[in-house]
Amino acid sequence: MVSEDECADHTMSGEAKDSEERPKWDNKVQYLLTCIGFAVGLGNVWRFPYLCQVYGGGAFLIPYAIALVFEGLPLLYLELAIGQRLRAGSVGVWTSISPYMGGLGVASLFVSFLVGLFYNMILAWILWYFFHSFQSPLPWTDCPLNSNHTGYIPACEDSTPVNYFWYRETLNISANIETSGGLQWWLVLCLASAWCLVYICFIRGIETIGKAIYVTVTFPYLVLTIFLIEALTLPGADDGLVYLFTPNWETLKNPQVWLDAATQIFFSLSLAFGGLIAFSSYNPQKNNCESDALIVGCVNSFTSLYASIPIFAILGFLANENYIDCQNSNILTLTNAFNIGDENITRQNYEEWFEHLNFSDPSKVESLQLKTCDLQTFLDQSASGTGLAFIVFTEAVIKMPGSQVWSVLFFVMLFMLGLSSMFGNLEGVLTPLLDLQVIPSWIPKELLTGLICLTSFGVGLIFTLGSGNYWLEIFNSYVGSLPLLIIAFFEIISVVYIYGIKRFIEDIEWMTGKRPNLFWRINWCVISPLMLLIVFLAYVFVESETTVHFPMADVLHYPEWVAAICILLSVFPVLSIPLVALYNFIIYLKTQTGLPALTQLDACEMNVSLHVFQHPLVT
Amino acid sequence: MLEKLLILLFASNVLAQVCMPDAPEAYKVRLSIKTALGDQAYTWNDNELYLFRATLAFAMRNYLSGQLFDVSNILVCNETERVSFWFMVKSVTNPTTLIEKQHVENAIKESRHRINSAFLLTDQTLEFLGILPTLASPFVPATPPWLIAFGVVMGVVGAGIVYFLVAAVVQRKRKKTLDEEEEAKGATENEIAGENLDGIYNTSFSDDEKVTEM
Repeated sequence: MVSEDECADHTMSGEAKDSEERPKWDNKVQYLLTCIGFAVGLGNVWRFPYLCQVYGGGAFLIPYAIALVFEGLPLLYLELAIGQRLRAGSVGVWTSISPYMGGLGVASLFVSFLVGLFYNMILAWILWYFFHSFQSPLPWTDCPLNSNHTGYIPACEDSTPVNYFWYRETLNISANIETSGGLQWWLVLCLASAWCLVYICFIRGIETIGKAIYVTVTFPYLVLTIFLIEALTLPGADDGLVYLFTPNWETLKNPQVWLDAATQIFFSLSLAFGGLIAFSSYNPQKNNCESDALIVGCVNSFTSLYASIPIFAILGFLANENYIDCQNSNILTLTNAFNIGDENITRQNYEEWFEHLNFSDPSKVESLQLKTCDLQTFLDQSASGTGLAFIVFTEAVIKMPGSQVWSVLFFVMLFMLGLSSMFGNLEGVLTPLLDLQVIPSWIPKELLTGLICLTSFGVGLIFTLGSGNYWLEIFNSYVGSLPLLIIAFFEIISVVYIYGIKRFIEDIEWMTGKRPNLFWRINWCVISPLMLLIVFLAYVFVESETTVHFPMADVLHYPEWVAAICILLSVFPVLSIPLVALYNFIIYLKTQTGLPALTQLDACEMNVSLHVFQHPLVT
Repeated sequence: MLEKLLILLFASNVLAQVCMPDAPEAYKVRLSIKTALGDQAYTWNDNELYLFRATLAFAMRNYLSGQLFDVSNILVCNETERVSFWFMVKSVTNPTTLIEKQHVENAIKESRHRINSAFLLTDQTLEFLGILPTLASPFVPATPPWLIAFGVVMGVVGAGIVYFLVAAVVQRKRKKTLDEEEEAKGATENEIAGENLDGIYNTSFSDDEKVTEM
């Protein structure tokens, strides 16, 4: 490989040229906030607290911290450094390291595009709930009435109003994935508005993103703080917090915990999308990317922890409310059956009364079929993902005073968290497209971003079908997981073994002014690739297939054509890695007229040409 | 023999006028006064029961217009501490028969709100077991509120997008004209530059000035 000094002359001139043309951040804060916004997303709010709760509270923080230090931070540092050094998006970076690895960039592009499709659907759902938060009472408080107004709709009676609102009035979910159910017009409207909101922030690339993120990244923290203060005043909040943080050290023996910690960290930091590489490529080259990586990684984890406190306080409050309701219904049953005076039985003296009645007439008491009310059972009803936001949290909100305000704040916060992550996804699509130079230069940037948004909206209409939620689950499980692991693994192998770890360290020293120490080197060379490999293998052998059948959850198996699509979704993005390598190999074989390897000039020219061709579209 | 018959007849008459729980024409009523009113709860006593019978008679009068029901037509029995009891309605036209359940139900449904109000209770705290309360249909505005919120957001966003696109077009046009001007300027500047380089001092001008300074 050609050493950087020999190319220096060329690259210096290349840099001078492209520093005029390539867009850049207004200031460092913008860049950091954008990276933080990309990393901090919906998963920090609705996935991490769930994992904490399920895997023994405080004890989960240990595998989480280990995964962060040995897998998350090194990969993050690597992506930021390589993007900053080579000043290109994912396609440009990997092609310049080696033309055979160009497929990595294309894979990142596909994954970013596919993830952006379904991620914005979630934002559309959030918008739907946001639009509905301006009513009193909130529409998910009560079931709708049946035709003669004597009771509620039976489907809602079997379930709860919150469930009904989510599954029937929002999703209008079909029975299974094969029944498509047609386009739901209200979801199409919400998806269109979500894409318009994304477009207006993304319209000029990082110019407009950089302004938008000042609001979209800081506002969620404000809302989380408000929720924290409010949640701690609610009754039952301390039960939830104690439950969340009580460490259960036994769980550490379960390998699933370590696997989930590693996957959580990996997906939480939004690695392998190409978005982080794109963002850091707009930096000046002399920038301390080590401190950037540490800041972004630590802020991401801190946000997860900080978000879990109000979430769990509120879940504790809800569990407490449900527990009280359960007890009250038992009291009412007893009062009515034994004709005891109204409100003579209270929750405090319930036990005495129960024993007395059971003693005097045990058969009658038994026939009443009283429910067993256990606070622990209610606390155990954990939820993550859309279930947490749209079912559990909405139920908690209607029991809080001033429901509309909390509902609006919550959904605006979720929307902004998701929006800042969408920016990263779309940059992961835009920058490689510009690198690949498939776009004619007369198309202005506004039009290009508009076309990207329009295409994504069009393809994303699949998620507005009656079966849309099933498709979203499939995309989430199969696109947003395995391909990323594969890409990340090849990324780290490319940089460490193809680019050369020595050269990489020298580059970093030139950029930041100090050599990365032994810790980073060991991680990059050995530990992180190994961890990625283990996580990938474990992921392949641990799958879950479930579909939800409202009003009861049923586990159904996917029909064969759907299973085929699942596999296709996992494989298709990463196909480009071997395909591009093969393509370049064929070209090399064809041009084999005494040039067994790239000459120095060729390599330098390659670097220069990449720098020169950056962003001819800057207006 | 005749005496026994008479006694039986009399007994059956009396029976018809005595309220029995679980009879086919009887309804059970349950009141939850403390739940509804808390500190302001009144104690249930015979006067309250009298009011109840009067309210029911009122409801029956409204339903079966013409028939003047009285408090004595409402039979009550099996009062409990819960405050629950059974009642039956005797017919006005034929005092030995009881009004059928369906009629009583319809009468109560019509006047439910008045009966509730008489006792400061609601459909949930004054229960007639077997008679489902007609639930109040929620207020449905003409335009669903969510569409209004959607319209506002889309309006603002649409305006923003139009602004950005127009600004981009204007900027391009301005750049184009600037580029053209620069090209034109560039040509003339070269000529001027050429002249400056020559820098020959033209004495004829200065001579003229000396002459005209007179």
